[in-house]
Parts: sequence; C-alpha cells; structure tokens
Amino acid sequence: MNSEQETRVGVLLDESVEFSLSEICSTCHVHAELIVQLVEVGVLEPRGTEPGQWRFPGHALRRIERALNLQRDLEINLAGVALALDLLDEIDQLRSRLRMFESET
Amino acid sequence: MEYKDYYKIMGLSRDAAQDEIKRAYRKLARKYHPDVSKEPDAEAKFKELGEAYEVLKDPQKRQAYDQLGQRWKHGQEFRPPPDWNAGFDFSGGGFTEADASHFSDFFESLFGGFRPGHTVYRGEFRARGEDLHARLRISLEEAYRGTTRTVSLSIPQYDEQGRMRYRARTLKARIPKGVTEGQRIRLAGEGGRGIGAHAPPGDLYLEIEFEPHPVFQVEGRDVFLQLPLAPWEAALGAQVSVPTLGGTVQMKIPAGSQSGRKLRLKGRGLPGRPPGDQFAILRIDTPPADSPAAREAYQRFAESLPFNPRAKLETMQ
Repeated sequence: MNSEQETRVGVLLDESVEFSLSEICSTCHVHAELIVQLVEVGVLEPRGTEPGQWRFPGHALRRIERALNLQRDLEINLAGVALALDLLDEIDQLRSRLRMFESET
Repeated sequence: MEYKDYYKIMGLSRDAAQDEIKRAYRKLARKYHPDVSKEPDAEAKFKELGEAYEVLKDPQKRQAYDQLGQRWKHGQEFRPPPDWNAGFDFSGGGFTEADASHFSDFFESLFGGFRPGHTVYRGEFRARGEDLHARLRISLEEAYRGTTRTVSLSIPQYDEQGRMRYRARTLKARIPKGVTEGQRIRLAGEGGRGIGAHAPPGDLYLEIEFEPHPVFQVEGRDVFLQLPLAPWEAALGAQVSVPTLGGTVQMKIPAGSQSGRKLRLKGRGLPGRPPGDQFAILRIDTPPADSPAAREAYQRFAESLPFNPRAKLETMQ
C-alpha cells in the first residue's frame, strides 16, 4: 500500500481549538516569556486572567508567526508589531469591502 | 546558474555606503515583506532581497562579490572563476544570521560554506524536523462543502551523510467544510524529518486562500452578493431568486427598497458554529432608453412621478 496517498486529516485551527500557554510554546517553538510579552503589548488576547489559565484560539498561531517575522525582518519592537498587525487586519477588511464595490458593473 | 546583480536588486550603485545599504534594505523589506505586501511575487522578491542584503551588508562578502567584476549582467549564465575564494574564508561561519537554506544556487556557489545543507551531522546530534508551511488555494464552493486536496511538497531531509536534500512528496489532505480565508490546518508530524535517531518530525501547516469568486465576496464566514433589481421591483416589492453557496433561494424584497440596502439571509454563509450569513446588497439597474417606446415610457414616468433625488444637496446651497 502506498502510505503516502492516504488521506490525512489535520486539525483546523479555528476558534474552536484552544491552546494553553505551554501548548502554544511547544507548537510555535518559542519561550513562554515571548508569549507573555506578546500578550502585554496586545498582539495576543487569550481568554483567562492568569498565564496559567490562558487559552489561545487556533488563529493565534498565525498571528504569533507573523509577529515574529515582522520583528525579525523589519527590526521593529513588539509595540510596533502590534500596531502593524492591527493596521494590516484593518487593511484586509477594507480590501474585502473594496472588492465588493469594485464588483459592481 | 544565473548571475545575480545584488546592487540592482537593492536599487543601489556599486559604490553605495554601508548605511545606504541598510536604509535600502529596510525600505524594500517593508515593501516586499510577505506578511505585509499583497504583491503576488512578494515572497520571491523578499527572498531575493534577503540574499542581496546578506552579501552586501557584510564587508567581507561584499568585497568578494565585487571582485567578480562589473562585466556580469543580472540573469546572465554564470560560472565562478577558478581562483574564486582565494584569500577569503567563508567556511568558518559567523557572518550569516539569516536562514540561508532558501538562497539561490548563485549564492551557494559563492558562499556555500554557510549553507546548513553542507553541515555534516554526526553522532548524538538530534534536532526536530522543520515545520513546513504551504498555501492552499480553494474555491468558495469547496470551502462550503469541504474537500480533499492533493498537496505537492518539497520536504527537506538529511541523508546518511548529513546533507540536506529535498524530497518530493504528495499527500492528500482533508479540508473540512467551513474553512475561512487565512485559517490554517495543522498536520502534526507531516513536516520535515528530524535529524538523528528518534528526533521528532516537524509539522505541516496548510494556509487556506480563496480563489476570487465571480459573484460572491467573503468576509470571515459572511458572504456578500450584489443583487440587481429593476426600479419597479425595488419600489413595489418583489420575490426574487438569489444564488447562495447552498443553492438558489427565494427572497422577498420589501416595497420601497433603495440601492445599497443590505438584506440578510440568516445562516446562508459559510458553515460553522455559528454559521455565517449571506447579505444581498441591493442595486437598482435602470432599463436602457434605447427605443422610442422606452423613451416615451421614461417621459411618462417623469411627468407622473414628481421626484427630486437631489433634494438633500439643494439644502446645502
């Protein structure tokens, strides 16, 4: 049997999937300290008050990766990263609205 | 292999000062960063830029590169001169901070000593395999119903000599229904192989992208549609057929509707908990006045319906 052609079923990282602090650290291969900093500047908004109770939604993974890429590649600090990510989200939203109006003929 | 003009890539002259190089890099990095830019070739441009900067920011590598001379043109077929590397030692490492594994063959032939692919791992060394990321473009219909897609990947792995090789691999991945743009699917253990005995493999992430749809626009799980109406349908109210991802539905247009009004079809967007909605944005199309009869009809219309669409503007004067 060609095992490479088996259908793989992955986990969809949507809001129904949640990670604890230690789970998100091992999944993203980062230190907890960095995640704490990302929460402090508002890049991540976990459920729960104490780090031990934090629960991160599935889409936090993508946000962490984008944050680290921006920090490393553009040499910006985490507060700047938080601003950039918020603005990028807003631009995405505006772009999709714009597409809606441009589809008028 | 092709010669790469690193100065041209960075838009610099060959005598650029080191801090000019840094400024140019920062500016272009902001422009082409794949997490920022929407240009289709941003990723390739960003990689090229990273490679150019890797060489030009380092005085030793820059000097070596400059020694190749100016006779080469960007994209020209290139072979390193036989005396290349004389007087330079690139094998010790120390200068390369960037992840060089995606640099070009050109870079590799000049500064190849840095490539992780040439590092020979022996003995007890163990490292977890690399996480891999791939984008998967699917149609909105596939997102609505779910689908199975064959994904082709180039997976890095180390052979018995400890050299990195790319292995082509295809796998079928199940895409659950209700995925939204930008969401990721994680396939644990399907990434690059680990190095050394019992080293765990990396994970594979598939990031969902939607093909543009001819009539629907999406925001999260909500689906939007422009719904054209005849003026009388909007004024008098009507029952019209509206396409949704799950099939055509009948929709009631209330009398007195205007252009731009948003009508909601609850739960007709992408499935989920809760499912998204579909919104029909009304647009009133006027019939062309392209015959004497049509012009006459418009004329009667104007006479029997006193209407000033610009009443609000006139109060401004």
